[in-house]
Amino acid sequence: MAMSTVWVSIFLFALVLLAFAPVMTWVERKQSALMQDRIGANRASILGFKALGLIHPLADVIKMITKEDTVPTGAHRFLHLVSPFIAVAPAIISFAVIPYGGVYELWGTRVSLTVADLDYGVLYVFAIGSIATYGSMLAGWAGNNNFGMLGSIRVSAQMISYEVALGITVVGLFMIFGTLRLTDMGILQQETFRLFGFLEHAGVVGKGNGFVDAVTIPMWGIVLQPLPFFMFLTALMAENKRAPFDTPEGESEIVAGYFIEYSGMKFGLYMMGEWIEVVVISALLTAMFLGGWSIPWVREAEMIAAWTPVLGENMANLAAMVLAVHVFLIKVIVLIWFQMLIRWSMPRFRYDQVMNLGWKILLPLSLANIVITAFGILIVQEVTR
Amino acid sequence: MRAALFWIFSTAAVGSALGVVGSLRSPINSALSLVVSMLALAGLYILLEAQFVGLIQVMVYAGAIVVLFLFVIMLLNLRGSGAAGAENQPIAKALGALVAVAGTLWLARTLAASRAPWPDVEASFGTTQAIGEALYTDYVLSVQVAGVLLLAGIVAAVVLAKKKID
Repeated sequence: MAMSTVWVSIFLFALVLLAFAPVMTWVERKQSALMQDRIGANRASILGFKALGLIHPLADVIKMITKEDTVPTGAHRFLHLVSPFIAVAPAIISFAVIPYGGVYELWGTRVSLTVADLDYGVLYVFAIGSIATYGSMLAGWAGNNNFGMLGSIRVSAQMISYEVALGITVVGLFMIFGTLRLTDMGILQQETFRLFGFLEHAGVVGKGNGFVDAVTIPMWGIVLQPLPFFMFLTALMAENKRAPFDTPEGESEIVAGYFIEYSGMKFGLYMMGEWIEVVVISALLTAMFLGGWSIPWVREAEMIAAWTPVLGENMANLAAMVLAVHVFLIKVIVLIWFQMLIRWSMPRFRYDQVMNLGWKILLPLSLANIVITAFGILIVQEVTR
Repeated sequence: MRAALFWIFSTAAVGSALGVVGSLRSPINSALSLVVSMLALAGLYILLEAQFVGLIQVMVYAGAIVVLFLFVIMLLNLRGSGAAGAENQPIAKALGALVAVAGTLWLARTLAASRAPWPDVEASFGTTQAIGEALYTDYVLSVQVAGVLLLAGIVAAVVLAKKKID
C-alpha cells in the first residue's frame, strides 16, 4: 500500500470521527426537540453568535473536562479507570474497515479509500464489537455499586444475546455476495438485475423484450435481503444499548445502570462511545445493504470511463473519488437520522421483552432466512444456467 | 516488526496465563487475565497468517465465553474467597509444579531441536474462503459430527434447564 493511500484514508477516518462524533450530541438534541415540538439547544453562544446551537457540543466538552473526576470508595481503581476506554476504543477502531470509496488511479498512484481492506472485513467489526461488552460490564462491577451491578448483569446478558442474532442475520447476505470483504460488497452492489427477468426464463415473453430489459433494480443488499436489513439494524441497536434497548441504564429503575459511578470525561466517554457507534452502525449498514459508495444504476468504472475524454484520466478519477465519499456520507447521514427517529419514538422495552425479541424472534427468523436464501440461490443458479 | 510483535504477543499470553492461576484473591482478575491471554493468542494466530482463526478466537472465546464466566462470577458475587483449600495441600502443589516444569522443559527441547523456519504459504492461506472450502469439502464429515454434538448439547441444556417437562 502506497504512503499516499494511507494518508487519504487516515484523513477520512479522522474527518468522520472528529466531525461526526461531537456533532451527534447536537443532532440528538435538535432531532428530539423537533419531534417533541420544542425549540431545542439554542442557549450557548459566543459573542451572541449561536450557530443553531452548534456551540453546545463545545460547551459540553468544556463542562465534562472541568468536572471533578470521582472514584467511589471500595471501587476497583484500575478497572474503574480502564473501563471507559475499553468501551470507546472498539467503536473507534471499527472504522478501519469501512470503505468510503473504491480504488482510484491518481497521477500514477493507486489510492484506496479504505484504511484496512481486510478479507474478513465484517468479521473484524463483529470481533471488535464483542470486546466492547467488557467496557460496559466491568464498569458497573468496578464502581462497587448495587445499581451498577444490576446494570452490568443486564448489559452482559443483552450484548451476548444479540451477538448471536447479529452474526446469523447477515449470513444470507454473505451467501449471496460470497465475500466478507466490504470493498468487494461495494463493487458487487453496483450491478443491477432485471426485475421481470423471471418472465423470460419462464417462457412468458421472448428474449430481448424491451420492457423486461429496461426495468432493472440495483443489486443492493436491502433489495436482496430486505428483512435481514431491519433485523441487523435491530440487533446492532441492541448492541449499542440506546433507547429502546437501554434497559442496562434504565433511569427509572436502576438510576443510570452500569456507568452510575462515573463523572466528568469518563462518563463523557460512554456517551461518546454510543454516538460513535451510531455512526459505525450507519456506515456498516451503508456498506453492506445500501450500495456503499455507489449511485444506483451507475457502475463506477463505466462512469470514470465516460468522464475520461472530458476531464482527463486523473481528474476523472479524482472527481469519482470525491463523488464516492459524498454519496457514502449522505447515505450514512440518512441512516443516522433514521436511528435517531427510532430512538425518540419508541419507549424503553421491558427487560424480558428485550430477551424475547433477541432469542425468540430474531434468532429463529435469521435461521429461517438462511434456509430460504439457500433455496433462492439454488433456484437462480438452476434457472440461469 | 514480525519478531517484535511475536515477542509482545507471546509475553502477554504467557504472563496473563500465569495471572489466571496466580490471582487467587479475586476470580474477576483471573477471568480478565484469561481475556488478555485469549487476545494475545489471537494476535499470534494472525501473525501466523491464520486470520480467520484469530478473529474467531476473539469473537468466541474473548467476546462470548469469558463474558459468560464473568457474568456468573458477578451474579454469584464471588469475591476474595481464595482458592478452596489450596494452601494446605503441599503434595498437590509440588506435584503440579513438577509437571509444569517438566512439560515446559520437554516442550522447549523439542522446539529447539526442530528449529523450523517460517514456512512460505500462498496468499489464499488462512482466508475465509480457504477455510470454508476446507471445512465443506475435505472435512465435511467432521463438521456434521460436530454439528450433531452441539445440537445434542443444546437439547440437553434445554432439558436440564426446564423444570417441568410437558
